[in-house]
Amino acid sequence: MSILLDERTRVIIQGFTGDKGTFHAKEMIAYGTNVVGGVTPGKGDSTHLGKPVFNTVKEAVAATGATASLILVPAPFCADAIMEAADAGVRLVVTITDGVPAQDMMTVKRYLWRYPKERRSRMVGPNGAGVISPGKAMLGIMPGHVYVPGPVGVVTRSGTLGYEAAAQMAAVGIGQTTSVGIGGDPINGSSFVDILALFEQDPETEAVMIIGEIGGPQEADAAMFVKENMTKPVIGYVAGLTAPRGRRMGHAGAIISAFGDTAAEKAEIMRSAGLLVAPSPSELGSTMAEALARKRSRRVMVPR
Amino acid sequence: MDIHEYQAKELLAGFGLPVPRGGVAYSAEQAVYRAAEIGGERWVVKAQIHAGARARAGGIKVCSRDMDVREAAKDLLGRVLVTAQTGPEGLPVHRVLVEQALPIERELYVGLVLDRKRERIVVVAHPHGGIEIEEIAQREPDAILREEIEPAVGMQPFQARELAFGLGLPALQINPAVTVILGAYRAFRELDATMVEMNPLVVTRDGHVCVLDVKMSFDDNALFRRPHVAELRDYAQEDPREAEAAEHGLNYVALDGDIGCIINGAGLAMATMDMIKHAGGEPANFLDIGGGASPDRVAVAFRLVLSDAKVKAILVNVFAGINRCDWVAEGVVQAVRAVSVSVPLVVRLAGTHVEEGRRILRESGLPIVTADTLAEAAERVVAARNGARAA
Repeated sequence: MSILLDERTRVIIQGFTGDKGTFHAKEMIAYGTNVVGGVTPGKGDSTHLGKPVFNTVKEAVAATGATASLILVPAPFCADAIMEAADAGVRLVVTITDGVPAQDMMTVKRYLWRYPKERRSRMVGPNGAGVISPGKAMLGIMPGHVYVPGPVGVVTRSGTLGYEAAAQMAAVGIGQTTSVGIGGDPINGSSFVDILALFEQDPETEAVMIIGEIGGPQEADAAMFVKENMTKPVIGYVAGLTAPRGRRMGHAGAIISAFGDTAAEKAEIMRSAGLLVAPSPSELGSTMAEALARKRSRRVMVPR
Repeated sequence: MDIHEYQAKELLAGFGLPVPRGGVAYSAEQAVYRAAEIGGERWVVKAQIHAGARARAGGIKVCSRDMDVREAAKDLLGRVLVTAQTGPEGLPVHRVLVEQALPIERELYVGLVLDRKRERIVVVAHPHGGIEIEEIAQREPDAILREEIEPAVGMQPFQARELAFGLGLPALQINPAVTVILGAYRAFRELDATMVEMNPLVVTRDGHVCVLDVKMSFDDNALFRRPHVAELRDYAQEDPREAEAAEHGLNYVALDGDIGCIINGAGLAMATMDMIKHAGGEPANFLDIGGGASPDRVAVAFRLVLSDAKVKAILVNVFAGINRCDWVAEGVVQAVRAVSVSVPLVVRLAGTHVEEGRRILRESGLPIVTADTLAEAAERVVAARNGARAA
């Protein structure tokens, strides 16, 4: 099993007919994703890449039964697109776009809470690579061929570092159930903790990798969650040991401004919560191999 | 994005906040003219830089004669001011703010921030202004007053009243303080700020509430819809290379080391810098060239990195996802030929079409060292740097 997404998930793309939408829709379809259509206001009643185009998300959901949406619209229009998807009852809303204003995200998250839990959307992103369940489906912009199916769940703030982790694990024969890019912004739709909770419940995920970076409280929250709620081994890595205080390192959220924001502090919090922390970013694959080997040997050695 | 104190005061005055009478000056003559315009008998001349802790560094001068105003402005303008917050290189003073000097009864702290944990705007207040809130937070965290703002309805007057009473203000000053706090909140929302820090907010001896000093920062991602804020940007307060990078849509941050970095993706860039440190080197910069590593973009990146005279070797690390390694390799080869790279160059490519990419680098005839993994890349660039140093 995977989390959030599999080969049956019906997917629409908001911003379907634009350059980015077209490019990534093709990649997603080629990967085997069940893309059932897209939304571009004003281009309804036409087809694009052999799939129907709708004017509104509500129409798209009514006609296709879509339960997931990938948002590739420009940053100024993202908040609107996310709220439209939420209002149409889309279960999973993944936003790739970089540059969404922080106060827009504040409003969006407040908006999502107006729906009762059973119909509330789960949002992932913005400013992330999306979600991939290797061998099943891809809802994002990652290079699908880097990923292989396997027993590890990955949750990462950085897109490219997620690819790096997948490639390093593939090199030692380890694949993933699902890899989730939660994005590099200060306020994001799903936190590390939200995704960790899903991996803990997923029977096929045997171990989890958290890839964090400088700035914000999320890695520390994740470490506490692992300590208190997770039975599966979790390995961690925090990028940005050399980052100076008060400077934004590319991502809007990657800035050391408060106590506990540095990579060293976060890695220490992870370690003291019982996570196995990769000593360097070139040891993501080998550290995961070690964690899985330990877990499996424990399973053999401990008599029931 | 940060702005100057005088700009923040002008913006806040537009939201009904009382600020001292004053104006900006670019020359000593203009400073004297400002003082005359303001009137009164005592003025403050304040260096305008994008950093705090100016008073202790001699960046704020109280004057009681025209001559003193002229001298203060003359002394500050053109100087590089080093404060506890600027770093050792300091920041240049090109403008001063001349203000009426107020007789101060009490100093308070009121700050608004976007709280990442709560995902809300939080208003923080403390009855003793003029000191760093981080200091207070560590020394007496319970003395800090906090109000979290519900984004759906915005800040309510009762929340501002609770803060005003909490600060121990007498009845007569409650309403003026509420006006200040609610006005600052409106400015925060309507201008897409990420921070408004009034430190100190003062009560004068004649009982007026007034914003004596203020820092404002804004969300770069929202500047597209705040053109009147965007135009307040002062490039003189930024590293010139960082400003140039921003013009090309690249993210560059200057650091102290000597290994130049050109990488795609912010997370991979930070991880590569970690790896360089792990291998015994120090990165000279953070540089994220983003997804599409076209020859033009790569060439701009090389120019930026090489404009730092400290750079002794360069590491290019691209994990090609959407773009392909062969295209990236072409880009690197073209850029190296166009820019004439004079220091050792290590390139690590990974991802789509990696074999063709490596072949293009090999067959280019250029002295490029290639690497297959992150660890190899870091080791080789540190070795190349050491070789360049020895030579």
